[in-house]
Amino acid sequence: MKVLVCVKQVPDMESKFRIGASGVWYDETDLAYRMNEYDEYAVEEAVRLKESAPEDIDVTALSIGPERVKEVIKKSLAMGCDRGVHIKDDEYYSKCPHSIASIIYEYAKDKNFDIIFAGLQSQDRGSAEVGVFLSELMDFACVTTVVDFKVEDGKVMIKKELEGGKKIIIETSIPLVATCQSGLNIPRYPTLPNIMKAKRKELKTFDVSEYYNVSEFVKTEKAYYPEKKGGALILEGDVSELVEKVVSLVKENTGLIK
Amino acid sequence: MKLLLIGEYKENKFFDAAYDLFAFAEKMNAEKVMFAVGSDSDIPKFKGKLYLSDSEKFSEYAPDLHKKLIHKVIEKENPDYIVFLHSSYGWDLAPRIAASSKISVISEVVDAADGIFVRPICNSKLRVNIKSSTEKSVLTVQSGAFGYDINDGDQPEVEKIDTDDVDSKYIFKEYEEAADTGVDLSKAEIIVSVGRGIGKKDNLATIEALAKTIGAELGASRPVVDAEWLDASRQVGMSGQTVAPKLYISCGISGSIQHLAGMKKSEYIVAINTDKDAPIGDEADVLVISDVNQFVPALTKRLQK
Repeated sequence: MKVLVCVKQVPDMESKFRIGASGVWYDETDLAYRMNEYDEYAVEEAVRLKESAPEDIDVTALSIGPERVKEVIKKSLAMGCDRGVHIKDDEYYSKCPHSIASIIYEYAKDKNFDIIFAGLQSQDRGSAEVGVFLSELMDFACVTTVVDFKVEDGKVMIKKELEGGKKIIIETSIPLVATCQSGLNIPRYPTLPNIMKAKRKELKTFDVSEYYNVSEFVKTEKAYYPEKKGGALILEGDVSELVEKVVSLVKENTGLIK
Repeated sequence: MKLLLIGEYKENKFFDAAYDLFAFAEKMNAEKVMFAVGSDSDIPKFKGKLYLSDSEKFSEYAPDLHKKLIHKVIEKENPDYIVFLHSSYGWDLAPRIAASSKISVISEVVDAADGIFVRPICNSKLRVNIKSSTEKSVLTVQSGAFGYDINDGDQPEVEKIDTDDVDSKYIFKEYEEAADTGVDLSKAEIIVSVGRGIGKKDNLATIEALAKTIGAELGASRPVVDAEWLDASRQVGMSGQTVAPKLYISCGISGSIQHLAGMKKSEYIVAINTDKDAPIGDEADVLVISDVNQFVPALTKRLQK
């Protein structure tokens, strides 16, 4: 069985974001990057599947972006994926989710993948579209927001998260795209021996021009800071003074504390 | 301009959040029709036309069948926009409709004017203005962004959409309800809610002490639940509980959209965060810029007097 995992590198969301020179995306300098949280669940799930039948399952981790994204491919390899594919694209951010899915499709279409794991969404753009678009292009089944995943006798049993803590259980079949939500698993930390082993695994790089052949469905006109609604009274200063101010405000406005 | 709004049903009940779609149509000042796969037994109240397919026949989750049904309505109505909620149903189906119609999707729309759609990026720290390059477009709109519960009490004219083509790649098995652990945050008068900003699980004790001192229930953001610091029954937000206490004290929660949607109806909100730009500031009445692990013990001590 052949498995593909789509992985994105994103900035730490606790960062201070500035608007980049393009005016349509954040400034990429001085940011700490990491693997998109939802993609960590995707990689972990792919590796767990592989561990159920190590000889029969081959897992490819793919990432699109500039040189730096090789770091998340290497992390995927250290977590247990077999091979890596880097589609080099310095202008990835100017491409809409449909274009990103099309690029993955052009790479994947003749490689006989059975299951594709992706994150539910990226933490930066957060469109939640790429996995579903990819499934349509591949003509695969697709279940989003997956919190439990089992393959049994060629059938796939999936638990999909809904709103308000509710879930739905669905049976579907391979070939399939699954987009992974937190709660699916707890991703492993790569061990040092596995990090060393990962260095010997295959990591191929392609230029995005080989696979990018669609026009953009949407255009970002500009990126900016949201307008502050101005609701909150902002209190700063010494902790003991802050405590007094908060106590009197809460008393005055709610009467709930004495 | 004409909108095709896509409603949602869960267990034969119309999903209330989908009333937000009517608020969006009002904001766009657009003509609207709605389609849903659902049940005669709970028809949404609005003035206009409802296309309804029977969920007994087409299942409440069978995206390939629902896609075909939606295409039937698109053919009849020729809408400019096909509008979903940004929900587990909406983000699942929207790109499927867009792909098969070869039109764009713009997801998690929070504002709109003159063909420009606004959506958040980077955990709501930035906004982007998006324009579709295709004439028509599929949208998913953020729940709550366009006002709640617009419900004009009218009965829609209902037209059934049917097909004999019922082959699906998906078989519905069952719903699983949220685990009932006896924690009902929706009835709490005071909630003290914990976020990742407390740093580590050990720091929970100080937050619990504050909650105990003021007789509050403990709530949590999703990352805290995912890290297994607190039980899922305490999660506040779209995927957890929606709450509206008289007092909500948010400790180290930056305020993802999903979290804010679950707590913004609280009467008085005090947020403690080190980041002045944290999105929780948009909903809070008071934003205290302080390390939660210093401020909360000091507050507890003061209130114990």
